[in-house]
Amino acid sequence: MITAPHVTGYLSEHYGDDAYRTVAGYEARGGFAGLSQALAMQPQEVIETVKSSGLRGRGGAGFTTGLKWSFMPERSDRVKVLVCNADESEPGSFKDRLIMERAPLQVLEGILIAAWATGAERTFIYVRGEYQICIARLEEAVAECRERGYLGANVANKRGFAHDVVVHSGAGAYICGEETGLLESLEGKKGQPRNKPPFPAQHGAFGLPTTVNNVETFAHVPFILERGVDWFRQSGTEKSPGTTLFGVSGHVERPGLFELPLGTPLSEILDLAGGVAGGRALKAVIPGGMSMPVISPSEIGVRMAEEFLSEIGTHLGTGGVMVMDETTCMVRVACVISYFFRDESCGQCTQCREGTAWIHKVCERIERGRGSAADLEVLADVPGLMEGQTICAFADAAAWPIQGLMRRFRPDFEAHIQAEKCPFPGSFEL
Amino acid sequence: MQAATREKIDSLFERYPQKRGALLPALYLVQAEQGFVDQVQAREVAQLFEITPVEVWEVLTFYNMFYTTPQGRHQVYFCANLPCSLRGGRSLLKTVEAHLGIHAGQTTPDGRITLGHEECLGSCGTAPIMRVDGSYHENLDAEAARRIIDALE
Repeated sequence: MITAPHVTGYLSEHYGDDAYRTVAGYEARGGFAGLSQALAMQPQEVIETVKSSGLRGRGGAGFTTGLKWSFMPERSDRVKVLVCNADESEPGSFKDRLIMERAPLQVLEGILIAAWATGAERTFIYVRGEYQICIARLEEAVAECRERGYLGANVANKRGFAHDVVVHSGAGAYICGEETGLLESLEGKKGQPRNKPPFPAQHGAFGLPTTVNNVETFAHVPFILERGVDWFRQSGTEKSPGTTLFGVSGHVERPGLFELPLGTPLSEILDLAGGVAGGRALKAVIPGGMSMPVISPSEIGVRMAEEFLSEIGTHLGTGGVMVMDETTCMVRVACVISYFFRDESCGQCTQCREGTAWIHKVCERIERGRGSAADLEVLADVPGLMEGQTICAFADAAAWPIQGLMRRFRPDFEAHIQAEKCPFPGSFEL
Repeated sequence: MQAATREKIDSLFERYPQKRGALLPALYLVQAEQGFVDQVQAREVAQLFEITPVEVWEVLTFYNMFYTTPQGRHQVYFCANLPCSLRGGRSLLKTVEAHLGIHAGQTTPDGRITLGHEECLGSCGTAPIMRVDGSYHENLDAEAARRIIDALE
């Protein structure tokens, strides 16, 4: 179990410290100062502050957090709710788990600030079912906050500000990380994403006005309120301010988490992770979780922020960096990736249900040495037929990595077809 | 369904604006009774939630962490996703399959262990990982995996 990132920053400075999980220990290390600041302001000012901080959601899509908050109806005769998306399940992503295990109160403080700003009365934290320790830590933190007056009526002695939090366990379905799939699941249904509009701010959880934010997004909020917009904008880039927890996995000497400013060059992150394991050469990097297109060694000078990654045809996603060394067979990589998306497709849209299964079948066939030139055309065409054609972005997430592999590593696929077997015997086992 | 389970479910309802929000937590409680949810229990849950049995069943079968057939006394799962695979996760699963004499998706004849693979468990920085009855065992090698599995009763 990871207790702290290899490189820490403002967010993770105290993660190694068990006392940070208790209200007293959290307060002693500066906790709840952001909430005090927020409660001294009008809700609208809090939204403006978060807006001008430029904070972007850390769950993968990178939407501006303050703007999202402003979509909540200011006046509503219905109860307004927040949802914390803690269904972290993007392969290669393991930062939210650390935040919940080591700093559940950071998440709760961010939630309370958002609740004050948007007028929400209740929050549901939807945690993936496998994260049992996170669920236990959050429940402990919620219970202590209720005892200490940080939840319930008159939060932090602010008259009239009531808020409560429900920790809700998912049950193993990647699609529930999709905003509206999550809402369906929270309502006790299959996690099949909804057509939009209506958007959650109008018709969200249980039909109520709802704002959904990721765990890490909430964790940044208290620091913005406490230390100010100018301070926050000192790290990161103009378009992507602040730090994030980059997760590095795969063939590196020192896998783990690294809190670094957005915009840090990928090469620097790889160096901090000790470089490629065993002194082998680098073959490929997936920069932002498994849904994001792979890049080549010649591209690792790229700065890790959406505005730079999108220029080279990939995305920041959740900042989960997966490293593959020279022994790696990229067709096996395609098999693993396509199996995952076939397995996790919710089955609602034909393009996604059929496309993911088709892609996986073809990848397996090529890997076994039974592929043909026509199969390559299938891999080149089918992702394009799925992308943008479905209710949610899952089909895009299934299409992009295959498109990336075909763009950068088509020779690996061709070599399988020519040799009629996998020409990478030293690769990881399937 | 046991009376105690029903009481616990009753206490969940107030947490959600609509009763049905409590369905997933309720199914976890029912599943805890015998390790899976059978059709009789599913009907009882449906009654309690005032929905049709098929609505309960489609939820049960949508999610990986609910079971509708009997499971082994212990559940051993390996992550088969990319970060774990790159660090030997699938090789490890094969070693364990050979050790137990069953394939992923099967249960040992004595009902001791159900073996399976699952998708990313958020343990990519400490890969490979094996999940045993809800607990994570990380940075695993074949030796450690065998030791942990052999110690299961």
